[in-house]
Amino acid sequence: MHRLACLLALTASFAPAQVTFDRLLGAAKEPQNWLTYSGNFNSQRYSGLTQVTPANVKNLELQWMFQAHSLEKFEATPLVVDGVLYTVQAPNDVVAMDAATGRVFWMYSYLPSKDARPCCGRINRGVAVLGNTLFMGTIDARLIALDTKTGKPLWNVEVGDPASGYAVTHAPLVVKDKVIVGVAGGEYGIRGYIAAYNIKTGDEMWRFYTIPGKGEPGNDSWADDSWEHGGASIWVTGSYDPQLNLTYWGVGNPGPDWNGDARKGDNLYSDCVVALDADTGKLKWYYQFSPHDEFDYDSVQVPVLVDADWQGKPRKLMMWANRNGLFYVIDRASGQFLLGKPFAKVTWMNGFDERGRPMKVPEAASNRQGTLIFPGNQGATNWYNPSYSPRTGLFYIPTWEDYSSLFVKQDAEYTKGQTYGGGGPRNTTAPITTGLFNYRKEGEQYGAIRAIDPKTGEKKWEFRMTDVTDAGVLTTASDLLFSGGREGYFFALDARDGSLLWKAVVGGRVASGPMSYSVNGRQYVAVSAGNSLFVYALRQ
Amino acid sequence: MGMWKVRVCTFFAAASLVFAQHEFNPIDAQIGARLYIANCIYCHGPDGDQVPGINLGHGKFRHASTDEELVQIIRKGIPNTGMPAQTNMPEPQVKTIVAYLRSLAAETASTLPPGSNATRGKALFEGKGQCQSCHRVRDAGSGLGPNLSDIGSIRRVVDMKKTLEDPNGTLLPQNRIFRAVPRNGSAVTGRILNQDTFTVQLIDEHERLLSFQRSDLREFTAVNSPMPSYKDKFSSVEMADVIAYLVSLKEPR
Repeated sequence: MHRLACLLALTASFAPAQVTFDRLLGAAKEPQNWLTYSGNFNSQRYSGLTQVTPANVKNLELQWMFQAHSLEKFEATPLVVDGVLYTVQAPNDVVAMDAATGRVFWMYSYLPSKDARPCCGRINRGVAVLGNTLFMGTIDARLIALDTKTGKPLWNVEVGDPASGYAVTHAPLVVKDKVIVGVAGGEYGIRGYIAAYNIKTGDEMWRFYTIPGKGEPGNDSWADDSWEHGGASIWVTGSYDPQLNLTYWGVGNPGPDWNGDARKGDNLYSDCVVALDADTGKLKWYYQFSPHDEFDYDSVQVPVLVDADWQGKPRKLMMWANRNGLFYVIDRASGQFLLGKPFAKVTWMNGFDERGRPMKVPEAASNRQGTLIFPGNQGATNWYNPSYSPRTGLFYIPTWEDYSSLFVKQDAEYTKGQTYGGGGPRNTTAPITTGLFNYRKEGEQYGAIRAIDPKTGEKKWEFRMTDVTDAGVLTTASDLLFSGGREGYFFALDARDGSLLWKAVVGGRVASGPMSYSVNGRQYVAVSAGNSLFVYALRQ
Repeated sequence: MGMWKVRVCTFFAAASLVFAQHEFNPIDAQIGARLYIANCIYCHGPDGDQVPGINLGHGKFRHASTDEELVQIIRKGIPNTGMPAQTNMPEPQVKTIVAYLRSLAAETASTLPPGSNATRGKALFEGKGQCQSCHRVRDAGSGLGPNLSDIGSIRRVVDMKKTLEDPNGTLLPQNRIFRAVPRNGSAVTGRILNQDTFTVQLIDEHERLLSFQRSDLREFTAVNSPMPSYKDKFSSVEMADVIAYLVSLKEPR
């Protein structure tokens, strides 16, 4: 009897621990794991690991890599759970690997419907985990639950109609007994929404339309019937505040993107952050960064939640570097606007009113000849993951500086499943890179990692690159900052002053956010670049 | 910013008088020119008139008239003809090619005056003009400037004339010349081939492929094109002869 108890205890200790919701809430207490898309519900993309330091980072070397069988951009951030790494090979193949060696345990291959037509790449940005289940959204707008141990699908439900342009590209967010996703498709005249599904069954539990329906508050911010095809997509994962029980999501641009004539009004909740009750999906508050947008200024950013002093008092803050070129601090309990300041060249507005509404300059409207506006269509940043370090107190932004577009308006007519843009951006300078070649001239636009002091919005430092960047940022508790760029480098900076400490050639564009984890006491830093996942650790 | 707007608006106004509904952006046209050279020029020629019955430079198309139709033809090709589909080219890039085709039509094509003589032009190129001190044609000449062995296949007469008269004004970013001075070593001058945040790549007059870490350089500066303006150096007849020679350079790639 005694022996049997011992055997049972031994067996139990080898059984993998489930990822309970409590573990997700306390993710910061187990920095060896990376349990959500941004590492934590506050989405700071900050790792508590300290083995790799500014002093020894020069000794990082490649441990293993995973070459995806896909020519799509590799935008996924992996999860790591107790030594197992999960990532997504574009468009929708989930892979489970030994996080220390890269050896593959299983792969789940999903063939999306031929109706899928995601704007901007047949890509995926990652999975979510709860219990023994992984969750993945797909480019044909389905949500699939997989067994973490085998990769076997447990359920597969429709989120939207791919033939109408609906897609899911971001990593889902798990809150309690629900898994939350939003739909992309704003370039196809969808009507966006965020929806929560039962983690056991996939049944839809609530749905929040990012465009209010007839009779709902905010519907009158759309002229006539324009709300029916007004876009307002969700492209990246939201955040969650367990105390307030609010989940925050950035909402994409109104459609047609570049012609606002038929959708006069502010076009709520496009280009907003929305705060939703995580249990019901009811709107608690919203803040609109770019009312009546005609420049594709999606708020496609991860909301970064920070508890810090604001003007001498502790406050629940949200920090946000928007595609429209402005850095914001918002009270995340009330939605109150606290600060807004350009972090790159901005010409579409020249200040805020007392409620935090941007004051547009009169010329800030697309027209048929083309209006020159900074920042340009890709934005002063985009979906690229920012980071906040509670140690330095700085907010880090992948930035496009001195970047503009000519915004040209054309007619737009909605046809199901067809692009619904109403014009488009035109270049104002030749692109910096043509294929493999970079001919950038001094004084032209450039990419940078910028560190902002959130208390003032002032720039503390920047690390310049000769090309623009699509790479996210990771900071660590040893004051390291990891990022990369289009030039095919992955590098480490000192998070305090931006000095370059280490770099590695990855030979392809970094279009993902780096992350860090550890296995058996050894810290790893991982980044997807080109078509591969690269994993580094200190030389032994 | 103000100047930009004025310039662009004037441009559109001028263009729209001649080519209503075919507005194009000059920067897009520049970008499209590069793509046209890379993808289209060997069949359609520098002036867009090499395929019988088609003159891209004058808006004469067999299968399309609107910009959108042109975009679709470039993307999908034309079955049972030599026109392949550019399936891997993103639509924004295809649109820049269309912008370039529209820009061709907005400019009067320049033809060589009667009597221009490529043989005399070759002698001027190699002699009085001293062009080989920077440019290579087949096996002769320097590698510092762009290789001109197939320049007749990729440049229009009008563009050649502009470059001969104003080399700095028409210099493409990829043809800029830089002076690089290593901390330990002697200065080199070369044409830029590539660069990134940490490194630069040049080709020098001996056609050496050079690569430097920026941190190893104490100076890295763009210098003016060493090419002189030939506006006053060549008579108009000589200029036409040199261009005739350049037009004759059509070495296949």
